[in-house]
Amino acid sequence: MDRILFGDNQFFAVNHLSDEKARAQAIQFRTNEAIIRVLDIAIDLGVKTFMCTTHDRIAGICEHIRDNSDKYKGFKIYPCMPYAHKYANAVTELGILGALKEYLPGNIFSTMAKGGMAYARKDFIAMMELLIDAEMKMFKGINTPVIFIQNVLTDMILGLGMKDIFKAYHSYIIKKYNAEPGYITMNMPMLLNVLEEVGIKNPIICSSINKIGFRMSGGISSYEKIIAEGRFRPIAMQVLAAGAIRPEQAFDYVCKQKNIESILFGSSSKEHIKSSIEMIHKFS
Amino acid sequence: MIKTGIVGLGKMGISHASIINAHPELDLVAVCDSSSLILEAMSKYGAYNTFSDFSKMINESNLDALFVATPTRFHADMVLQALRKNIHVFCEKPFSLTVKEGRQMLELALKNNLVNQVGYHNRFIGTFNFLRKIISSGAIGQVYHFMGEAYGPVVVKRKESTWRSDSSEGGGCLFDYASHVINLIEYVIGDIKDVSGVMLKKVYSQSVEDAVYSGIYLNGGISGILSVNWSDETYRKMSTQLTVLGSEGKVISDAQEMKIFLKNDNKALGLSKGWNMRYITDLTDPVSFYLRGEEYSSQVDYFAKQITKRTGENVNSFASALHTDEIIELIRSKAS
Repeated sequence: MDRILFGDNQFFAVNHLSDEKARAQAIQFRTNEAIIRVLDIAIDLGVKTFMCTTHDRIAGICEHIRDNSDKYKGFKIYPCMPYAHKYANAVTELGILGALKEYLPGNIFSTMAKGGMAYARKDFIAMMELLIDAEMKMFKGINTPVIFIQNVLTDMILGLGMKDIFKAYHSYIIKKYNAEPGYITMNMPMLLNVLEEVGIKNPIICSSINKIGFRMSGGISSYEKIIAEGRFRPIAMQVLAAGAIRPEQAFDYVCKQKNIESILFGSSSKEHIKSSIEMIHKFS
Repeated sequence: MIKTGIVGLGKMGISHASIINAHPELDLVAVCDSSSLILEAMSKYGAYNTFSDFSKMINESNLDALFVATPTRFHADMVLQALRKNIHVFCEKPFSLTVKEGRQMLELALKNNLVNQVGYHNRFIGTFNFLRKIISSGAIGQVYHFMGEAYGPVVVKRKESTWRSDSSEGGGCLFDYASHVINLIEYVIGDIKDVSGVMLKKVYSQSVEDAVYSGIYLNGGISGILSVNWSDETYRKMSTQLTVLGSEGKVISDAQEMKIFLKNDNKALGLSKGWNMRYITDLTDPVSFYLRGEEYSSQVDYFAKQITKRTGENVNSFASALHTDEIIELIRSKAS
């Protein structure tokens, strides 16, 4: 994986500190062109990987990348699925079955359809595979060497103790997409133990890693210890703790954790992207 | 370990189940839902004891505690059954469909001396707790007006009906969304005494309101405006905000960020004259397991602690949730 991964929160009104800023960003990035402009700036500054949710609007970005394949030669996308709010809002309104009905491809009441068959037989793994395929459709023809499960889903499965789902996800991503499975979590120490229990060795795990221990469930000292043990390939996210830490100190801290492979950050301004990249190189 | 059961495995139920199972003091021993698909997933991948019949679960599982996350119309029957068996109850919001039912649940919980809690999770968010402290300490002087708002994208087009689109089942923006804001106002500022100028608006739904606007009155001449809309897709997810005006200052707070203006320095709270910014990163205690937000784990942890320690305190009691239900009834009565 590249040392620097460029994230997408800023494009989709995700701001962990300010709803107001989030709404301003939603207005700033109301067109795909505005997103592509910032993406191009990041690429010019040396970014080679875009890590993004399977938000509906990413489909438009993917189309642009396909249409300009020469320009984006060597560019990679790490999809993170699902875009949870799409499902969460559907579940709030329609219930879990209603949401499945809405998003499982084909008619789930027709056993002639693949989705219907999986539903009728209560074949959860087959349903999961169909939902993954539906989310992955937009990336057709694009290099996606690592595919992640979003933290909401990872952590829900983790809490419920449904370990075999991780195993099934892991092997499906390798088999069907010839890609590496990745896991985003807010509970890294607990997740790593569970993944190891089901035989997943040296997994790619993306988690909050920052100087103040923000959203690092299990505690910062436990994170530091496990990272030092080298049992997994860590990606650090929320390095700035949603803006609570000054960038200089924030990047200095993560770069000092020797085994961290990649650092994920997002920004909408050229200055911020440039200075973040410079700091990561300086402290690495 | 506290032997815990859960009934209702929708969005909140599944999320509670995950947090309960990850909690060191809670042991999730039984789950109940009406969907065979969900139950099979829970038993196949989670090895839980599953029930489709609630009474059977209650009678066979020897529970210490129960989480109720079914649609509101089932709350009273299930909660009362559990309380009769001396089971501590965490009930999702809104608490009861009618005030009468709510009173029965409250009385039995008190009579049997059981821990009772309702899932108004905003009470476990650091920013809102700090706002409460600012107000009670007198840092912004005499509060005279406030604005309680929540917006989100639940119903953004006309669609087939579900229980959420039927107010007799606990659906609608007033029950589902505005209840959060009403409950939070009562926690942070004080009990609501009256409402006026109620507007319940349908935007996309056929039989329930999609937006709630109302004037609100508290003791001591404090007035406020309630403005809640669940059909506003300019919000990515539910977003709740309180703005409170006092003689000595003003605070605008949502779940992440606080903008605090004071006329004078306040050393006790570490605030200066003029504008102060405070963020959730400074105001949140870490949780041992995180899912969707610290507040969801904190409220479950608080419930477990009340069962083991029995301190008698209760920040999110049946009694406080019942008062919210009374205000919901009042708003509905004034709308017609």
